[in-house]
Amino acid sequence: MKSFLFSTALAALLAVPAYAGKAFISNERGNTITVVNTETWEVETEFFAGNRPRGITTSPDGSVIYVCASDDNLVRVFDATTYEELPSLPSGPDPELFILEPSGKRLYIANEDDNLVTVVDTETRMVLAEVPVGVEPEGMGMSPDAKFVVNTSETTNMAHFISTEDYKIKHNILVDQRPRYAHYTADGKRLFVTSEIGGTVSVMDIAEDGAPTVVGKISFEVAGVQPEWLQPVGARVTADGTRLFVALGPANRVAVIDAQSLEVLDYILVGQRVWQLDFTPDEKYLLTTNGNSNDITVIDVEKEQAIKSIQVGQQPWGVVAID
Amino acid sequence: MDGDKREARQNDRAGEVHVHRLHRSLFAALAIIFTTDSAWAIDVKAAVLRIDYPTLLPISRYDLPPDDLGFGGAALADEDNGTTGGFLGHTYETTTVAVPPEEADAAMAQILADGIKLVVLQSRKEDLLRLTDQAAEAGALVFNARAPEVELRDASCRGNLLHTAPSHGMKADAVAQFAVWKKWTEWFLISGSNPEDVALAEAYRKAALKFGAEVVEDRTFDDTGGSRRTDSGHVMVQRQLPAFTQDADDHDVVIAADETDYFARYLSYHLWTPRPVMGSGGLVPTSFHGAHEAYGATQYQTRFEALTGRYARPEDYNVWLALRVVGEAVTRANTAEPDGVRDYAISDEFELAAFKGQKVTFRDWNGQLRQPILLYDGMITVSVSPQEGFLHQSSPLDTMGLDRPESSCTAFD
Repeated sequence: MKSFLFSTALAALLAVPAYAGKAFISNERGNTITVVNTETWEVETEFFAGNRPRGITTSPDGSVIYVCASDDNLVRVFDATTYEELPSLPSGPDPELFILEPSGKRLYIANEDDNLVTVVDTETRMVLAEVPVGVEPEGMGMSPDAKFVVNTSETTNMAHFISTEDYKIKHNILVDQRPRYAHYTADGKRLFVTSEIGGTVSVMDIAEDGAPTVVGKISFEVAGVQPEWLQPVGARVTADGTRLFVALGPANRVAVIDAQSLEVLDYILVGQRVWQLDFTPDEKYLLTTNGNSNDITVIDVEKEQAIKSIQVGQQPWGVVAID
Repeated sequence: MDGDKREARQNDRAGEVHVHRLHRSLFAALAIIFTTDSAWAIDVKAAVLRIDYPTLLPISRYDLPPDDLGFGGAALADEDNGTTGGFLGHTYETTTVAVPPEEADAAMAQILADGIKLVVLQSRKEDLLRLTDQAAEAGALVFNARAPEVELRDASCRGNLLHTAPSHGMKADAVAQFAVWKKWTEWFLISGSNPEDVALAEAYRKAALKFGAEVVEDRTFDDTGGSRRTDSGHVMVQRQLPAFTQDADDHDVVIAADETDYFARYLSYHLWTPRPVMGSGGLVPTSFHGAHEAYGATQYQTRFEALTGRYARPEDYNVWLALRVVGEAVTRANTAEPDGVRDYAISDEFELAAFKGQKVTFRDWNGQLRQPILLYDGMITVSVSPQEGFLHQSSPLDTMGLDRPESSCTAFD
């Protein structure tokens, strides 16, 4: 009887994580991924993820985690349930950030040291193309129709619009200094590009054929914080296109922006050197990686308030959340 | 150094640069099929002129200057600018020239005769001023990538001279802020006896006054030509320096002003009273060093090392900055004309990301590039000035060096 109870309890315990959502955080200096339960907000585990893991994403079905192991010069792949390592993908040198197309087939990787975007087939694990871009490619965004990949180059200061059909650059748009991240709205009609040193977010309207037009620029101001430290990095926009959240790096804040009027509504205080962001799939929460305080902050999206911070590994960089 | 040998190395270097250029033009040809917003094609020609002065060996072998000092920065800038230019139809070609002092004027004349109007100079103060005036007659713009004297940003400033090298004042203020932040406000200043050392010492005295520190002991360590590195150098130093630093008033820190590099590196561990050393020895203010990693600088370092096979020096960074300023003017303002580059550089529109955590810009009153100063202990970045809490009404970077009301420069009015 006792043992029966015990095994039932054990089964119940084991069952909980299977239904709960999870967030995976890449720890750049710790060389690990921390797994956080997004219902209990407890750390479930931490496992080795390769050397200098930065960009992190998931397959469309949430079964596989991809991470840029920058110092290993490859993309490491992990089972999202067992955390077992699966065969790696080639990435080209120094992969920093990447984006997976909605079908899950092609992965577009920014090679920071080599001025390239490498395109990899996740099934055959073959390199399909290498696209020369500007100096220090970093940010990677994808149009919802998967026709364009946008890469930002940090020293060239451009957003390069790469066609996913022929892997050729169709448009180059100059933005402010050190562009870090590119993010489309869900309807594909708008694109936001953050510029870390310029301190701005460039806003582009996207035409039917994918052509961009710069329509505005968002800048930031926080009383008591030197303007130099307002450095936009990661960004996320809600599925309904109403709210844009932008991580402001060493200003330790996430800006809340009306994504239509481009007015900055509020600044949410988070951990130190806030870097990348991701929503939980239900969009109830926004998670931020805070590189200098080694934690993540959980923001309640509806209330636009920080509700919790969770200690993770050393120098958290990227985050991806799954059901 | 043997002249022929240097020339031969120069030629090797020129060969390397040529290969890069070829590679870039191929790339540019490929890039031309991309649609761009560029207004028109610009072929940008610049030169880096370095004067190699006869000098004694540095105290440390690590400070031996490489043959391509500064030129490595030029090669990287050409690559960086060229990649961007590939998308816009711009090409960049930088000539590098190293000459002994007596050939400097002829070298500048040749550069100007070749139609090059953007010149980066690595030279001492007097040569810099003379060559800048020579360049002015041809309508050329000069970037100072080496000379640190405050005077060049003050009464002796020139309207066609921009400075990417930080001044003595900026470096001294960077050290002073860190010292004050640490509450090390009582200083023992030890200066060298050469004119360059005297000028640097004056910058430290001003910095002390500016930030509320006090020079409680002020001594000169005479350059008698006897303390240079020799096989038994440390033996003599170990006896001389403690005796020299005996009986000083109570102090928190030793500040060394040794621009000519003959004693400051020896100070740590050889003082009578054990104290940290800052300035020309111990914790050194610098625009850049090969171990700097923060703010994305790792990428700069890896690109530089792949190109040159060595670590970056401050001179390389200063030259790189100058040519990147040109690149920004070409990219954003569509001009490679000397006046156009200058006007854009000192305008409010100009900004440049330079791996120091914030944008760098120019002071429109004397042409000095505002920039954070790294405090380097020979291995790592220990701190970065301006320090927290040193406020300024327009930019915290202007707490270092000559601020607008302090500068008597009128060439930019």
